[in-house]
Amino acid sequence: MSDPLLCVRGLRRHFTAQNRVIKALDDVSLDLHSGRIMGVVGESGSGKSTLAKHVMALERPDAGEVRLDGQNLFALSPSALRAKRRDFQMVFQDPYGSLDPRLTVGRIIAEPLHLVPDAPKAAARRDMICAALEDVGLPAEVIDRHPHAFSGGQRQRIAIARALLTKPRLLVMDEATSALDLTVQKQILQLILDLRAQHGVTVLFITHNIGVVDEICDDVVVMQTGRVVESGPVRQVLDAPREAYTAKLLSAEPMLDVIGRKERARAGP
Amino acid sequence: MMLSVQNLKVSFAPRKGTPVEVVHGISFDLAKGETLGIVGESGSGKSVLSLATMGLLPRNARCSGKVLLDGSDVLSASERQMCALRGRKIGMIFQEPMTALNPAMRIGAQIAEGLRLNKGLSKSDARAEALRLLDLVQIPHAAERIDAYPHEMSGGQRQRVGIAIALALEPELLIADEPTTALDVTVQAEVLDILERLVSDLGISMVLISHDLGVIARACDRTLVMYRGDQIELGATEQVLRAPAQDYTRSLISAMPRRVRASLEGTAHV
Repeated sequence: MSDPLLCVRGLRRHFTAQNRVIKALDDVSLDLHSGRIMGVVGESGSGKSTLAKHVMALERPDAGEVRLDGQNLFALSPSALRAKRRDFQMVFQDPYGSLDPRLTVGRIIAEPLHLVPDAPKAAARRDMICAALEDVGLPAEVIDRHPHAFSGGQRQRIAIARALLTKPRLLVMDEATSALDLTVQKQILQLILDLRAQHGVTVLFITHNIGVVDEICDDVVVMQTGRVVESGPVRQVLDAPREAYTAKLLSAEPMLDVIGRKERARAGP
Repeated sequence: MMLSVQNLKVSFAPRKGTPVEVVHGISFDLAKGETLGIVGESGSGKSVLSLATMGLLPRNARCSGKVLLDGSDVLSASERQMCALRGRKIGMIFQEPMTALNPAMRIGAQIAEGLRLNKGLSKSDARAEALRLLDLVQIPHAAERIDAYPHEMSGGQRQRVGIAIALALEPELLIADEPTTALDVTVQAEVLDILERLVSDLGISMVLISHDLGVIARACDRTLVMYRGDQIELGATEQVLRAPAQDYTRSLISAMPRRVRASLEGTAHV
């Protein structure tokens, strides 16, 4: 197989709180190949969001590397890192907090263009933003409106349009569908699959929801208390988990087949 | 009938302008010992419905229809009459255990509060009862934890304290509004186990509100589906899930993750 697009090696980040050491990331390694969607699944405190921040080079680790296209992000100079940022973008969990309420949709989506030295101006820029809106299933007319006019799902589409504007190689999504209603979540998941098919974007998808991983991911990394418990292709890990924690996560998800369980329990001794 | 809701409509009056109706006529009956799940997405009116049942709607809310609790009308009850019902007749569990609990009060004292005020228990009797309730909701080392503050506990433990408070006055009806939505999935499973067992053992009625059909499926005899304030469908949970009569219910089910839907199909023969 070709070299991975994203290569995380031995990532370590410890915090000290009240004289206790919290191992937020404890020797985390993963390989994400171009064009694939990798789920990082775990419960609160598993370190999955800390991992996302380090992959985005928003935080520096105590040890370890995050290599994108073979370049270690933490070895880059500030200006080189800044130039590199157009290649990896992020979508956040809360579509109400991640869009500046004072800006128009057009201004919001154009934000990452300051990373691009030869970014188009004026009419060309507007055309680019309209195309980005249409890519995420929003009509171009919304370009001059403000975030408050949009629902949670529509806002998340705007956030995705912004993240994709610089045509990044890697998209990091941190619980990007967790705040959405299920029917809206389903639409956004489909959008991610469509965008991958169209643009070949690679996605690191952080989530607590193993059902969503099953739905859209090719590979999965299961995390618990800062460590990778298990990783591999989704079908392999979810259909035949090797680790007890993965099995526990799978069995804890409420299913629809427990109907009648109460009746059976009542009928029993 | 434990709870009978008849053509309930709720509207909110803005400071100026015409009132906006958000619940457009909901009707259901809940028998003693029965569990009803209310499922819907944001804006469906499910929380407004639960607040109306508790008489906790804000002042600018206007209700019509009837909410009969054991035969007496909640909507026309005075605040004084409602205070006598809340806790004793209806217990409520909220979504956010961190905000529902008083951060400045030890958990034992919070459980004991209702027991002292409502049942007139002595301080030591109320504390003993609080300890029994903490054991009941399976707080490990309850005797040591009784003097803990909410911030010293995990989310799952805080929600168990919430359940203990709701059950303290032995209500006949429990309303649980998204009780496990803020919890991790493994913790959710533990809390639901405790909740279901207590409801079944104590023979109380429960209205469980959730956006998650999986949570409803495991806990509820019947299910009411709401959408934008309308009653879409009401029936036995199994029937609503296996043979939904309405398109909206079908779209809710099809929005569930694939492996959850597969579990429904996989047991069709059972």
